Amino acid sequence: MTDTAKKKIGIEVSLAISEAVKQCNVDVVSAYPITPQTHIVEHLAELVAQGELDAEFIPVESEHSAMSVCAGASAAGARAFTSSASQGLALMAEIVYCVASMRLPIVMVVANRSLNSPLSIWNDHSDAMMVRDSGWIQIFVENGQEAYDHIFWCFRVGEDPEVLHPVMLNLDGFIVTHVVEPIEYWSDDMVKKFVPPFNPKIRLHPDQPLTMGAFGPPEIFTECKKAQDEALLATMPVIEKAWEEMEQVCGRRYSAVESYRSEDASILLLTMGSLGETARVAIDEMRENGEKVGLVSLRLWRPFPFEKFKNAVKQAEGLIVIDRALSYGGPGGPVASEIRSALYSEKKRPKITNFIVGLAGRDVQPDDFYQMVERSKKKFKEGTEDQYEIYGVRE
Amino acid sequence: MINVDLYGHLLLPKEEFFTQGHRACQGCAEALAVRIVCKALGRNSIVAMATGCMEIVSSPLPTTAWKIPWIHVAFENAAAVASGVEAGLKALMRKGRIPAKKIHIAGMAGDGGTADIGLQALSGAMERGHDMVFVCYDNEAYMNTGIQRSSATPFGASTTTSPAGRVKPGQETWKKNVPEIMAAHGIPYVATACSAYPLDLFNKVKKAAEVKGPAYIHCLSVCPTGWRIPSGEAIRYGRLAVETGAFPLYEVIDGKYYLTFDFPSLKPITEYFKGQGRFRHLTPEMVERIQKRINEEYEKLRAKCVNITR
Amino acid sequence: MTKPGEQFKWQELAVGFIVPEPGNAREYHTGDWRSMHPVWDEKKCIRCGRCWVFCPDMAVYQKPDSYFTMNPDYCKGCGICARECPSQAITMVEGK
Repeated sequence: MTDTAKKKIGIEVSLAISEAVKQCNVDVVSAYPITPQTHIVEHLAELVAQGELDAEFIPVESEHSAMSVCAGASAAGARAFTSSASQGLALMAEIVYCVASMRLPIVMVVANRSLNSPLSIWNDHSDAMMVRDSGWIQIFVENGQEAYDHIFWCFRVGEDPEVLHPVMLNLDGFIVTHVVEPIEYWSDDMVKKFVPPFNPKIRLHPDQPLTMGAFGPPEIFTECKKAQDEALLATMPVIEKAWEEMEQVCGRRYSAVESYRSEDASILLLTMGSLGETARVAIDEMRENGEKVGLVSLRLWRPFPFEKFKNAVKQAEGLIVIDRALSYGGPGGPVASEIRSALYSEKKRPKITNFIVGLAGRDVQPDDFYQMVERSKKKFKEGTEDQYEIYGVRE
Repeated sequence: MINVDLYGHLLLPKEEFFTQGHRACQGCAEALAVRIVCKALGRNSIVAMATGCMEIVSSPLPTTAWKIPWIHVAFENAAAVASGVEAGLKALMRKGRIPAKKIHIAGMAGDGGTADIGLQALSGAMERGHDMVFVCYDNEAYMNTGIQRSSATPFGASTTTSPAGRVKPGQETWKKNVPEIMAAHGIPYVATACSAYPLDLFNKVKKAAEVKGPAYIHCLSVCPTGWRIPSGEAIRYGRLAVETGAFPLYEVIDGKYYLTFDFPSLKPITEYFKGQGRFRHLTPEMVERIQKRINEEYEKLRAKCVNITR
Repeated sequence: MTKPGEQFKWQELAVGFIVPEPGNAREYHTGDWRSMHPVWDEKKCIRCGRCWVFCPDMAVYQKPDSYFTMNPDYCKGCGICARECPSQAITMVEGK
């Protein structure tokens, strides 16, 4: 692919993601198939087979090994990529935590899919929430163009010598992965400008014998975890810089928290992932009817963008947090719990309602947002905000 | 049986890649096995190790007993991590990002991390044909966590999760034959070894490292702590394991079997059991059963070997 | 000289908690563990080196005069060397 920049090509988003991975000239792809990520790994296998991508394609025997192979490859200094979802992510969860503590800059695309039981191949965020505390940099994208653009961002950020963290790109399974979208490709020059080659100083090689993954006795472990926490927090400047650089390269500006028609909004919706696009349609309709509603879409999940988030919501009276996962018996959906916690010590903070929607791919229409806004307005007025409500459940 | 390498082991390279200061128990034949294996692998190697005795005793932060590059990630994925290192280096060398040179990749795990929790990753790595060696250090139980049984625990052995009591006689299943499982994968080189025969272990690891493709070494590693024997006896019991046929030494090279030592006759298994606390409770009936099985298995093995004159 | 673990401040830890210095476990003297130690009778010693090869702690070394002895920093007193000596030249003696 030479200079196809600025030309839009209609392609299934999964395949566009694989094309971006190819353009990043990854060294090792370890792949285990799981719906709805299969097209990503299939296309990568195709690209390797056709000689378009010079990489080791390792068809592992489970997701646990998929992440382990990436760990070994990344430790040896190779650019490594894998993709998974749901049960696969759950199976590899052990290693997901390990590679973050070991600071191996692997990039993983998670095609968000519900966790069993019952078995479901459709989209929600329960898989992402399960590895929330793993120490990875985690982002959510809303559509195919964002997914394609952010593959470059993931390698750029994760492999930065000031960062050296694995990066997780979450996108809604089927809803985003399987749609055909017009994607504006990057030229190879643009990729070269934005994504430097991966050349880590710390790597496994006989020329510098070092030990990775030692065991940590109690007297040193706390310091290790503090160091890891500080390291993740310290990635923020590079994260922001990468988005600035990306705007220079492709013209699109992304940031950790994105607001839509929120400046004078009295009620804000907060979403992560593709629901944001549906919410915008609903907000436009509601605005036409005089409702002062807006949207805050959270792109950066970890490290949590406290300051940008607080700025985005501080002037609102009510905040409706949309969760696509549930914490049984907990104080709310995972996102709402974090939001409430982030705002707890603010002197002025909006009232909050929390709706759990779209579990296992159940469709969420603009009208559903309208309903949620109406219900929330009532709760705000009466002071009856509950911890959370599973929206649309038949009872 | 006189050990033929009375002086021959002086040919072993003197350089140590596994250093003093590791926290293994006194008399640990597994630490000795690691020492010998590393001599055979040499300086141009990378080790991916599973959680277990050797991993814990050799890497307590902020120290390490390793003088070659070493990585530990988790318990069941030594073979997968080794696969990743192999694939990563292969890609980097092919793309000219690092100079091309032979680097031996070794996955290492205990019997638990090989035969039980690690079997899937090992099978996958062997099937995919990565150019690597996998060494199983078999001390016949989950020793690091306190002597719990594994599928490599021999029939009749008493461990903390297969204790010998009034109703149960210790381990009730036969030792899983992992070398045969590896041979069934059709890999170019499989061998059994024991640290009581250091020159043999050294030579087998050297062969395994030179082979193109996956190779597997199953090394019996006597554990005085877990087997309940005095700390100075590990080498003697390793020899007895081989001489009684409890752990025969052989190689499978491109599917052909080669017996390493063809003893004129096996010593009775009672000589091996005597003095091992984990076998103290065995009844004569159990010993007879075990002896019969050992004889049968040994004959089956001999029948397969191409280097035996019958 | 590596600091003991309990003296590390979090800022002093290497990225990814790697140990950059190969073999620094040698700073830990496992010789403190032993309650018995091997003694060589050089009249019986045939300098075969079995004590050297079988020591799991690399605590036996060959002296310039070609006889073998133990390294008191690392010998754990397990007794393998004494057991394996073909000429019974090594005796395990009480005490460090």
